[in-house]
Amino acid sequence: MSEARQSLNRREFFSYLSVAWIAFGAACAGLASLAFRYSYPNVNFEPQMEFLAGTPDIYEEGVDERYKKGFGVWMVKLEGKLFALSNICTHLGCIPNWQPAELKFKCPCHGSGYYMSGVNFEGPAPRPLERYKIGLNAEGKIIVDKTKVFRQEKGQWDNPNSFITV
Amino acid sequence: MAAKGLADKVRETQVWKSIFRHGPPDNARNRAAVVAGNVFLHLHPIKLKKSGVQLGYTWCMGGLTFFIFLALTVSGVLLMFYYRPTAEYAFNDIVALREHVPLGIMREIHRWGAHAMVITTWLHMFRVFMTGSYKPPREFNWGVGVILLVLTLLLSFTGYLLPWDQLAIWAITVGANMAKATPFLGHGGPGASLARIGDFVMVSDKNDVRFQLLAGRFVGEPALLRFYILHCVFIPLVVGTLIAVHFWRVRKDGGISAPL
Repeated sequence: MSEARQSLNRREFFSYLSVAWIAFGAACAGLASLAFRYSYPNVNFEPQMEFLAGTPDIYEEGVDERYKKGFGVWMVKLEGKLFALSNICTHLGCIPNWQPAELKFKCPCHGSGYYMSGVNFEGPAPRPLERYKIGLNAEGKIIVDKTKVFRQEKGQWDNPNSFITV
Repeated sequence: MAAKGLADKVRETQVWKSIFRHGPPDNARNRAAVVAGNVFLHLHPIKLKKSGVQLGYTWCMGGLTFFIFLALTVSGVLLMFYYRPTAEYAFNDIVALREHVPLGIMREIHRWGAHAMVITTWLHMFRVFMTGSYKPPREFNWGVGVILLVLTLLLSFTGYLLPWDQLAIWAITVGANMAKATPFLGHGGPGASLARIGDFVMVSDKNDVRFQLLAGRFVGEPALLRFYILHCVFIPLVVGTLIAVHFWRVRKDGGISAPL
């Protein structure tokens, strides 16, 4: 009877218990981190961040809305420059409307207004709309890359990647 | 006498005795057994101070909040029988809940109940603060209550998207952009631009808290499903658990606080 009991003394019991608790804690932490990673899907069925936007000669002076619905971009030709303007309001992320009669972008959520250049002039918007990276590929087609943004308040609108000279 | 005789006969049946293990609550011991021996009532104190049921002192605001939570749970489960959380069906199902289903006010009950629960939660918190009931030994329960308040607001926030109309989509867009502005955790927040190694940006729109909340960069169908699960399963389970802890601690910390 006593042999089985003596095979595990108090000190050994607690060391086994410690290992068991550490293993249990590590397993729980591992599962929690897996669950966290699980909440970030690997594939998203959202519009592509990069797209071809025709050739520069299809655009007339002013705002072109053909890529607004699919890609969230206004193509604006203004004073010899063609640029891709983000349609996300810099206040809280709503989508402004282009109002041709008043030559301004107007946000329906809280009334922010922007000039055709994207610079804000009314409402709560704290800064101008962002412009996306734009360039020409080897075939002369326009490539707009939404992963790279240029901000006016940081002086980035002079960057040659933020517009095409037309 | 005849009625009493019948009641006694019912109490002597095996069915009655198998359900109620104590005698009729006509003495102090049995009345205590009624509360202590019941799985639902055992969270409740066996004895209450007379001041504990004074409406002028407690406003019954905590009890009202719990009552509304139960009403929201029941009406919410009923709504789930008709609502499909997909971009194709969600809005139409919401309209159908009013037009094509008997008792078309079920959704309104749920909506107004949600507003009421937020109000009563705040008033309960106000009462607890004004009566000093957050002080030791009740400080832990105040902390549990604060978490419950946040979860109540999160329940309202996640439920906001489910009608899938313009108001819902843009309200959640605005709310999710607040997540985007979280320090270090959102890609537009302070500190996010510091977290980079050379050209490698550690906090981007593909791995920040807004992406986790919406399962994407903007409010789309994955966000609708995610909010639906959070609203109907995840947050209610956490809230239910914390409510049990909250009630248990009210009892263990000396019952509802009394006027001095």
